[in-house]
Amino acid sequence: MDPKALVSGIMPGRMDTAAIEAAFGDLHPPLDDHEALVAADRCYFCHDAPCQTACPTEIDIPLFIRQIATGTPEAAARTILSQNILGGMCARVCPTETLCEEVCVREVAEGKPVEIGRLQRYATDTVMAQNVHPFERDAATGKRIAVVGAGPAGLACAHRLAMMGHDVVLMDARPKPGGLNEYGIAAYKSTEDFAAREVAWLMQIGGIELRNGVALGRDVTLEALKAEYDAVFLGLGLGGVNALGVDGDDREGVADAVSFIADLRQASDLATLPVGRDVVVIGGGMTAVDAAVQSKLLGALNVTIVYRRSQARMAASVYEQELAQSKGVRIICSASPVSVHGNGAVREIEFEFTDDALARTGERFRLPADQVFRAIGQTLTGEGLPALEGRKIAVDGTGRTSLEGVWAGGDCASGGDDLTVTAVAEGRDAAEDIHMSLMG
Amino acid sequence: MADLTSNFIGIKSPNPFWLASAPPTDKEYNVRRAFEAGWGGVVWKTLGEQGPPVVNVNGPRYGAIWGADRRLLGLNNIELITDRPLEVNLREMKSVKRDYPDRALIASIMVPCTEEAWKAILPLVEETGADGVELNFGCPHGMSERGMGSAVGQVPEYIEMVTRWVKQYTRMPCIVKLTPNITDIRKPAMAAHAGGADAVSLINTINSITSVDLDLFAPEPTIDGKGAHGGYCGPAVKPIALNMVAEIARSPEMRGLPISGIGGVTTWKDAAEFMALGAGNVQVCTAAMTYGFKIVQEMISGLAQYLDEKEITLPDLVGRAVPNVSDWQNLNLNYISKAKIDQDLCISCGRCYAACEDTSHQAIDMSDDRVFTVKDDECVACNLCVNVCPVEDCITMEQMAPGSVDPRTGKVVEAAPADWTSHPNNPMCATAAD
Repeated sequence: MDPKALVSGIMPGRMDTAAIEAAFGDLHPPLDDHEALVAADRCYFCHDAPCQTACPTEIDIPLFIRQIATGTPEAAARTILSQNILGGMCARVCPTETLCEEVCVREVAEGKPVEIGRLQRYATDTVMAQNVHPFERDAATGKRIAVVGAGPAGLACAHRLAMMGHDVVLMDARPKPGGLNEYGIAAYKSTEDFAAREVAWLMQIGGIELRNGVALGRDVTLEALKAEYDAVFLGLGLGGVNALGVDGDDREGVADAVSFIADLRQASDLATLPVGRDVVVIGGGMTAVDAAVQSKLLGALNVTIVYRRSQARMAASVYEQELAQSKGVRIICSASPVSVHGNGAVREIEFEFTDDALARTGERFRLPADQVFRAIGQTLTGEGLPALEGRKIAVDGTGRTSLEGVWAGGDCASGGDDLTVTAVAEGRDAAEDIHMSLMG
Repeated sequence: MADLTSNFIGIKSPNPFWLASAPPTDKEYNVRRAFEAGWGGVVWKTLGEQGPPVVNVNGPRYGAIWGADRRLLGLNNIELITDRPLEVNLREMKSVKRDYPDRALIASIMVPCTEEAWKAILPLVEETGADGVELNFGCPHGMSERGMGSAVGQVPEYIEMVTRWVKQYTRMPCIVKLTPNITDIRKPAMAAHAGGADAVSLINTINSITSVDLDLFAPEPTIDGKGAHGGYCGPAVKPIALNMVAEIARSPEMRGLPISGIGGVTTWKDAAEFMALGAGNVQVCTAAMTYGFKIVQEMISGLAQYLDEKEITLPDLVGRAVPNVSDWQNLNLNYISKAKIDQDLCISCGRCYAACEDTSHQAIDMSDDRVFTVKDDECVACNLCVNVCPVEDCITMEQMAPGSVDPRTGKVVEAAPADWTSHPNNPMCATAAD
């Protein structure tokens, strides 16, 4: 063991670069040609296939797998991308174990589904490696549309609009496009700068002007966008992070998991990224798992996820939970944080056991911690937005908001899970509705 | 364990699994390995006339088709008979037979269609101690262009003529190997029978082009941009071979004519099927070429286990299914069955539905929650759903009991059989009744 592993405090280089790079390799390595043929051959080409029904973007999965099986992965990619332009990223990050692969008849029958996600990656990687963009723009319509947010929803919306001949201005507050594809998501799910490469590939459709560093409310207003453009799509994501709301939440060493992940995704050398020896992640979703696993892979000695309800209630899929556990992350359930202890910097975090209704039991325990990550949800931020439903922008089935000429989709909008693939579906469907409404 | 000792036209071997005349039996080295692996016999790669041997192409000589996971299903070849000198082969055959006296060693022979040629080679073969000869009237490529192989096998008169010569000039048992590249396999088989053959072996390979190179626009295997048809073998040809074996076995004119079954035998089960249809033993090639000689161990253990479970002997098995090979007109039209889907086994893939709805009788119902059920009032028991279902035994054909009413026709199921020969719609039958 590297002696640095035992040193307390938040410090970089707990493992050497080579070890970290190996740890952050592809979670699911790509299929080679023969593996893809064998995997494709397991597909039964079901009638009215359950996998397709389970896919939020309704990709014709049996068809694309058959196209792979017959040696035409390019055609397979077109089948995928015509429904989901971010099919490459979704192949990597979709929780397939709770979507297509969960309902695969072979999963139901044998507990071993067709590897739909990896096959999708095989097909989309093939066309991206050829640097082929399989779609062309329709004749120009002369309409201009503002898409705010270059995450999955915004990218999908912008691409579909551009394809239908509209001119799109795609703006994003961050320095790079991609949203959570670029700044969120565990690094081992999007290796080799895939998010950026996918956006560059997507932009080959033409007709999309990208403006980074433009934030709604700071640099532009919704009123002004409405006045200047024929339509506006909001794919803002969730900019705010929920606080723990306990004593010591502001101690040094307590941070947002999403910021940690963003820093990690943007780091050119992961060995320079500081991480604690005893890391505690509070939350029960994918963000908590991503932060915990990556802390472990950076060399943290003890990583613990603490979730306030029972394990069955965790938002992270069973697959994700097991992934975390296989990497050495401990999961403690039914415990809520009470206070963060330490003299300046965090030293310990105290919890109290809670039942599924969050009633406190009075029993408490402390975990040593030199780094604590909050992963207890994100919230929509911003002024002057369309009417909300709960804490998200209210939309109808095609993404229309309460404001005439304004559509919304992705995590900022009501309806659907907060998944990349759901955001893509919502962005695409909003684009179709914008087109219908503009072109009659 | 069941006794697998085989006696085929007086030729004894420890089991009924012989290697067919083909590349695996081309020389002493291979045949010794085969015998060490446990093969009961070999038919040595076909010998030609004395003199300069034939030559083979120097490009690819095999083509193939594959199933899942690149499992080889069909193999095609354009190799000719042995390209080694006759004396070398004869010397090696003698050496092998001396060391393996309990194994069957058969010489496959192909020489021109002249009495002199056959008269010349037979004593040389006899001198090796070989147990018998197999006349190669089947090879469909290359040699057939020179008037041998299937060019002989396609003309019954030639078969009979050559067989007579062989029976005249040697006391060795004579097996005539038949080509399937004809319209009615019984005709060449009867010619062999008439010529005095002790047995027939079939099938030799089938004329075939396995695939076309879509860049070169040439058949595969491709040699310098061109390809020639080859001989097809392997698991894909088994159904064709089984039928031809059965046609001979049930032919009254050839009752009792021993048959050596060839064509896609890959497992003990394939072998048992050939034997049930009348083959006294089987010959194997492609399976050995795909997996090596060791497969014979599975064939031996599998066939023995099957015989033990059935409590029958090997001779009991031979021909046991022949009486049940019938003509269509004799099939019982009063036998009525319906498909039945076992809901516990069903995985709801819907393939039965797609197949039936799109291409058959619209006899399967699909509910909103993907439960598939058979509509007995539409089901004609065609069996397509059984064949396309990926789960074995999930869909079965259930016979309707006599006395019950077929919901499709509204008629009572008759207990007594009735076939087309007595059906009122049969014009021949109507004529007879008039």
